[in-house]
Amino acid sequence: MSGEVTLPFFVLSVLTIVGAAAALALRNLVHCVLALMLAFVGLAGLYLQLDAQFLGFAQILVYIGAVAILIVFAILLTRGTESHSRSIVSPSWGMSSVVSVAVFGVLAWTIRSSVATRHSIPPQPAITVKQIGNALMSRFALPLEVIGLLLTAALVGAVTIAMQDKQEMK
Amino acid sequence: MTPLVSYLLVSALLFSIGLAGALTRRNAILVLVGIELMLNAANLNFIAFWRYGPNPEALTGIMFAIFAIGIAAAEAAVGLALIISIYRHYKTTNLDQIDSMRG
Repeated sequence: MSGEVTLPFFVLSVLTIVGAAAALALRNLVHCVLALMLAFVGLAGLYLQLDAQFLGFAQILVYIGAVAILIVFAILLTRGTESHSRSIVSPSWGMSSVVSVAVFGVLAWTIRSSVATRHSIPPQPAITVKQIGNALMSRFALPLEVIGLLLTAALVGAVTIAMQDKQEMK
Repeated sequence: MTPLVSYLLVSALLFSIGLAGALTRRNAILVLVGIELMLNAANLNFIAFWRYGPNPEALTGIMFAIFAIGIAAAEAAVGLALIISIYRHYKTTNLDQIDSMRG
């Protein structure tokens, strides 16, 4: 292992972790989504730290621009019957917390003891958007088509599922 | 530069937070948020291993993360459509009150 933890990495990872924890711990659902956006911004910053500029901006566009807004819409559409007196966690939260802590423990122990993380750091790769575009159009053309088909199918499926039934409206 | 271990630990922590949220929250939308966080943790792992791997010019890690982002977006759209459809039927998004499969 070489190198020290840099200050930008520290700030961004704290932002991400705090945002993620707040997104799943707050009571008000709209506040949860705002905290989730904070976590996504932190993740985009971490991608930039890792020299993946294209992915950092794709993360901001897709997650903050689309997914978070979609979640806000879903929350606003399903409001009204929230009972404020009831608990926000499910009855089996104790067991679930134990499972999550155990998962983190196992992962952290494995990462700390792994030899795969002891490489030296390679030099900064010069990856341009042009190279990514060329790769998408040549070597990764078939996966790109498949993902396009998947997105189309998901779009049509989502509209079909969420569409109001004619019988229910009567 | 920050060592790979730090990125992996942040990613593991993010995954565990997402898992805890998906398992403990009662609201179906926040369960979906937890799943999104877990997918993002996996993406961070892909990018970190791409950057610290022996052959970063191959672009494989970046491509995998791009496709994972696309699939996560599709999953969020379908999941939220399902939640809205369930809400219309049961008038709630709390998972412990949605306990029957009869149409």
